[in-house]
Amino acid sequence: MTPTWVQLANLAAAVMFILALKGLSSPKTARQGVLIGAVGAAVATVVVFFSGIELMNLGLILGGIAIGSLIGAVAARRVQMTQMPQMVALFNGVGGGAAALVSIVEYNNIDEPAIAILAATVFTVIIGSVSFSGSIVTFLKLQELITTRPVIVPGGKYVTSLVAAAVIVVGAWLIAAPSTWLVVTLLLLSLVFGVLFVLPVGGADVPIVISLLNAFTGLSVAAGGFVLGNVLLIIAGTLVGAAGTMLTQLMARAMGRPITNTLFGAFSGTSTAGGGQASDRPVRSGSPQDVAIMLGYASKVILVPGYGLAVAQAQSTLRELADLLAERGIDVDYAIHPVAGRMPGHMNVLLAEANVPYEQLKEMDEVNPEFVDTDVALVVGANDVVNPAAKDDPSAPIYGMPILDVSNAGQVVFLKRSMRPGFAGIENELLFDPKTTLLFGDAKDSLTKVVTGVKGL
Amino acid sequence: MSLSMLAALPMAEEAASDNSGMALLTIFVLSVFVGFEVISKVSAVLHTPLMSGANAIHGIILVGAIIVAGEAEGALELTLSTLAVVLAAINLVGGFVVTDRMLEMFKPKVSKPVASAEAGEETK
Repeated sequence: MTPTWVQLANLAAAVMFILALKGLSSPKTARQGVLIGAVGAAVATVVVFFSGIELMNLGLILGGIAIGSLIGAVAARRVQMTQMPQMVALFNGVGGGAAALVSIVEYNNIDEPAIAILAATVFTVIIGSVSFSGSIVTFLKLQELITTRPVIVPGGKYVTSLVAAAVIVVGAWLIAAPSTWLVVTLLLLSLVFGVLFVLPVGGADVPIVISLLNAFTGLSVAAGGFVLGNVLLIIAGTLVGAAGTMLTQLMARAMGRPITNTLFGAFSGTSTAGGGQASDRPVRSGSPQDVAIMLGYASKVILVPGYGLAVAQAQSTLRELADLLAERGIDVDYAIHPVAGRMPGHMNVLLAEANVPYEQLKEMDEVNPEFVDTDVALVVGANDVVNPAAKDDPSAPIYGMPILDVSNAGQVVFLKRSMRPGFAGIENELLFDPKTTLLFGDAKDSLTKVVTGVKGL
Repeated sequence: MSLSMLAALPMAEEAASDNSGMALLTIFVLSVFVGFEVISKVSAVLHTPLMSGANAIHGIILVGAIIVAGEAEGALELTLSTLAVVLAAINLVGGFVVTDRMLEMFKPKVSKPVASAEAGEETK
């Protein structure tokens, strides 16, 4: 029997998790929210040692916690802000893996498990494993260790459906006739399904998948709570499952695509594989000095930062340029697309890191009407979020995604490394527009030269 | 979740000694609503930290990992459950640290009123 004070402590932890999510929903209280959540987690973890359950293997448990905490903390401290999305994906994956393992061990321990326990076990193993292997694939995609474009193998649709069917059959079989080798089979099949599930998703849609897998892990933790009869796991896991589902929808909406389109687009053919080749059509390229003059004598400039800016670690240089232009009496704003960077809100984090004042960051709906009165729109390392194909070309994979209307500005300047298409792998017509000037090179390098140019005006 | 499963929940005495299946189910359903409600309006600015924070919270599977590791016997069970403890701890600790690091950068600035909450709604 669990002592009352332990149950109360777990209740407190559950409340703290709710407050944490609530806090994280508003910029003012977000940091406080994280702290409350961490305290809740600490309370729940400490309390389990005093919960009246007799724990053997204390050395192993404490050692495991120490090692895991160390790995987690060091990885979280060291990771660069640009690589944040893949870090979150990895943390999510190991969580799903842990939930699957917990269920398997507990299943092995119960002599004659009830149907409900079996069903919850099957659910945890499937969802936890899918989350684990799926997250590993998203990590590989974001780290660009494998291609970011949708991976479509001929007949892949049938293979995936077949594996999915096998997962369901083995799962049902396991409930009817429990056996250890069936659990192992289910685990392996689910891992394979996770890989097949994520592979066809295109690079730009990966963040949505991370969010979805995050919700999956939450649900598998909740199901693990059913297996163990642990209320706190049910509450925490379900909260994350529901909140994660909601968040996935919000993100999908920000990208202007229904979630089903994101996940199965590659199968139904709405997502093209993309060229991925550098185009040899003529473009107008300029020197840093040309760009400096255009910017220096403008009266209104909008900066459009993208992931390429962050990769080049040029956020501070961009801010320097913005400050310099502001000193010349030029109206300068940053236009932030909801999915700029590799994850919704990622760009805000990256610019905040470079101490860009929060007020200068304008969201898409706010800034779009302003492009008409803008002399120069300076696009640094962004491509897909300003690609008019999202409006004009129904065959483009990003069709329907709201974009920043930079084409309405008087002049458009792109700072690009090369003519290689963006993360989504589609050509940008705006690059060939007569009012567009391209400045090729590393973003940091180019910006530094432009800054020098503006100083010399 | 199937109905037959619900009917069977009360029999799950072995694991759920303190809680009847119905109580667990009630908690589950109410948690779904709380989860939806609590983040129905979030600025796009905070999508990443929120995802990361939610990610950290499900690291609480650590509690489950500790429980199964505490009753594990034999090499296989010990290996799997200890691995579960390590993975869960990575998720829990890493998740909170990385979320805090992200939010640290928002701290000193004046935050502006949430603008995209309305934007999110009008599409619906």
